[in-house]
Amino acid sequence: MPSLIDLRRRIRSVKNTQQITKAMKMVSTARLRRAQDMVMSARPYAKLLSRILQNVAAAARDDEAAASNPLLAQRAENRILILVLTGDRGLAGAFNSSVVKTVQKFIADHPGAHVELELMGRKGRDFFRKRWPNVAGEYSTLFLRTVKLDEALAIARKAIGRFEAAEVDAVYLIGNEFKSIASQIVATTRLLPVEVPLIDERIDYIYEEPPAQLLESLLPRYVESSVYQAMLESSASEHACRMRAMDAASSNAADVIEKYTMTLNRVRQASITKEIIEIVSGAAALE
Amino acid sequence: MAETFEIEIATPERSLVRGQALRAQIPGKQGYLGILPDHAPLIGELGIGVLTFASPGGGKYCLAVHGGYVEVLDNHVRVLADVAEYGSEIDVTRAERALQARESELINVSEGADPASALAAVLRAQARIEAAQKAARAAE
Repeated sequence: MPSLIDLRRRIRSVKNTQQITKAMKMVSTARLRRAQDMVMSARPYAKLLSRILQNVAAAARDDEAAASNPLLAQRAENRILILVLTGDRGLAGAFNSSVVKTVQKFIADHPGAHVELELMGRKGRDFFRKRWPNVAGEYSTLFLRTVKLDEALAIARKAIGRFEAAEVDAVYLIGNEFKSIASQIVATTRLLPVEVPLIDERIDYIYEEPPAQLLESLLPRYVESSVYQAMLESSASEHACRMRAMDAASSNAADVIEKYTMTLNRVRQASITKEIIEIVSGAAALE
Repeated sequence: MAETFEIEIATPERSLVRGQALRAQIPGKQGYLGILPDHAPLIGELGIGVLTFASPGGGKYCLAVHGGYVEVLDNHVRVLADVAEYGSEIDVTRAERALQARESELINVSEGADPASALAAVLRAQARIEAAQKAARAAE
């Protein structure tokens, strides 16, 4: 039988934990809203950009200069660079571990390739630093505050530069995609070489610049925008995951408190009953 | 024949405009483009300058933009700018100070600095002031 004082201590400790998880949930909710707004306001640009890219690519399809664009170069995937998007903080349910697992599976699925990792987020860095020798770069403060465009641009440009210089044959991005507050899935997308979504209809545009030249400036921008978008989605997913995890933790704490309170009352009642019996039998012995 | 066309202006960070317009003036890389309803399909790069458009409600909007793309298709104008700001959001005195700073940078280009980017910085600063002034005039 646990003693009363022990039970009271337990309850107090769980209550403290519950306060923390509740506070974290509220913070996550607020930050999620901001992150979600950022995802939504960045989407029109990304959508418009991919539309323009489609049209320009369709127009430049027969152009030799456009086809030889270095960002479209298809090579055998011997050296692969993966941009790994995790969070900087833990306590977000399966958010970080599912990304890590997907990356490990990707590596296992490409046994012949030399895989390098660009680790965005402290959690991914901490995991792979000790387990994977080829780390191309690491960032541990990207997601502490809101995602910044120039940081995304710098990372995208670095990847583009390495691909153009043929240091790597393909660049992939693995991170959480934000579908809704209730659903985030880990997605693996190929950034480079750029896969231009082809359309059949060809519109007869007036071109201010030759299509090949337009394509040359559009493609890097498309990659940059994809990286930025992915970072925003990952950040929003992180907050959503943490919000759900903390909500579950708070209600779990409430269950635990209820259970302990029940035991506490039972123990207290038992000791009172025992005392009464003792008094009553003591009095009976005197008669 | 359409009376108006749809105009969308977005930067990587936010979407600024989505609405109808009667006419628009867009800074292309090789000079300003005037867009009216039923314009032929067009794709081009955006230059540095002031984008103005008139809405059917009689409003006139001025934005400072630079870098990016413009597409016109089926009475739909899509502007993807690297940077875009409403003229009414620009603080003129601060912008003028920035212009002076950029100009002095351009005159005394330091060793190793790119004069072209210094020039672009001056043009951007000028475009911001122009947008702010135009917006102020339109508001009167």
